[in-house]
Amino acid sequence: MDSTELIGMISIIMAGATVGIGAPITAIGEGWAVSRAMGALAQQPDAAPVISRTLFIGLAMTESSAIYCFVVSMILIFANPFWNHFAGLAGAQ
Amino acid sequence: MTITPDAIVYWQVGPFGITATLVFSWVVMAILVLGSWAVTRKLSIGTSVPRGQLLLEIGLSAIRAQIRDVVQEDTDRYLPFIGTLFLFIVFSNVLVIVPGFRPPTGSISTTSALALCVFVAVPAFGIASRGLRAYLASYMAPNPLMLPFNVLGEVTRTISLSIRLFGNMMSGTMITATALAIAPLFFPIVMNALGLLIGLIQAYIFSILALVFIASATRVHEEQSGKAPDTTKETIHG
Repeated sequence: MDSTELIGMISIIMAGATVGIGAPITAIGEGWAVSRAMGALAQQPDAAPVISRTLFIGLAMTESSAIYCFVVSMILIFANPFWNHFAGLAGAQ
Repeated sequence: MTITPDAIVYWQVGPFGITATLVFSWVVMAILVLGSWAVTRKLSIGTSVPRGQLLLEIGLSAIRAQIRDVVQEDTDRYLPFIGTLFLFIVFSNVLVIVPGFRPPTGSISTTSALALCVFVAVPAFGIASRGLRAYLASYMAPNPLMLPFNVLGEVTRTISLSIRLFGNMMSGTMITATALAIAPLFFPIVMNALGLLIGLIQAYIFSILALVFIASATRVHEEQSGKAPDTTKETIHG
C-alpha cells in the first residue's frame, strides 16, 4: 500500500470520525440548552424575548464546534492538502 | 461539486480572477443599493405611503428594535453598521433560491472580510465611546496577567465568527447538492427550505454577535462609573 492509498483511506475514515464524534456531542449540549430554555420559558413567559435571544446566541456558540468538525471533514474530503501534495508528486513522475 | 464559489473563475484579468464570489457580492450590493435608491427617491410623510417605503420602514424599525433590546440606548449609533451587515448577509443567504446564484457568504473570503470589519469596528466603537486609554486598559482587566488571553480572545472570536457563517452556508449548498444526487425528486426542496431558515438565523446570529461584541467593548465604562447594572449584559467570547 503506497502513501497515496494510505492517505486516502485515513482521510476518509477521519472525515467520518470527525463529524461522527463532533456532531452528537454538540447535539447533546444543544438539546440540553434548549430543554433548559423551554423550562425557563414555561416559568417566565414574560421574559421570552431575552430568553430566546440568549438561547439563539448560545446555540450559535455551541453549534460552531459542530461546524468546525464539518469544515474539517469537508477539507479532508474535498480539499485535502496532503492528498493534493502526493497527487502532484505522482503527476510529476 | 465545488465547496466554495471562489473556485469558479469567470474571467482571468492578469493575476486577478473575477470569481463567482466577487460577481455575486456585487449583485447583492447592486440589489441593495439600487433598491434603496429607487425607494428613497420619492419618500412621503403623508398618509399614503408608497409600498417600498413601507417595506423599508418595517425592516428598519425591526432592526432598530433588536438593537435596542441589546444596547438599550444610542440605537442609531450602531444602526448603520449592524443593519448593513444584517441586510447584506440576509440577501446573500436568501437569494440561494434563485437558480444559478451561489451565495457569496458560502466563501470563506467573504465571511472573513465581514468578520474583519467587526474586528476593526469593536475597538473603533470602544475608543470612540471611552477614549484610547480606558479602552486599552480594559485589556488589562481584571489584572494584567489576562492581557494575552484578552488579545487571543479578540482574535479567536473573529475567526469563529467567520467560520460559523461560512460553515453554515457551505453546508447548506453541500446538502442540497448531495440530496440532488441521492433523491432528486422532492427532497432537495425540503433541504432548500431548511437552508433558507438557517440562512436567516445565521444572518441574525452574525449581526447580534457583532453587536454584543461592540456593546461589551463600549459598556465597561458605565459599570465603573456606578450606573445601574444592566440586566442583559452579555460578555461573550465565542
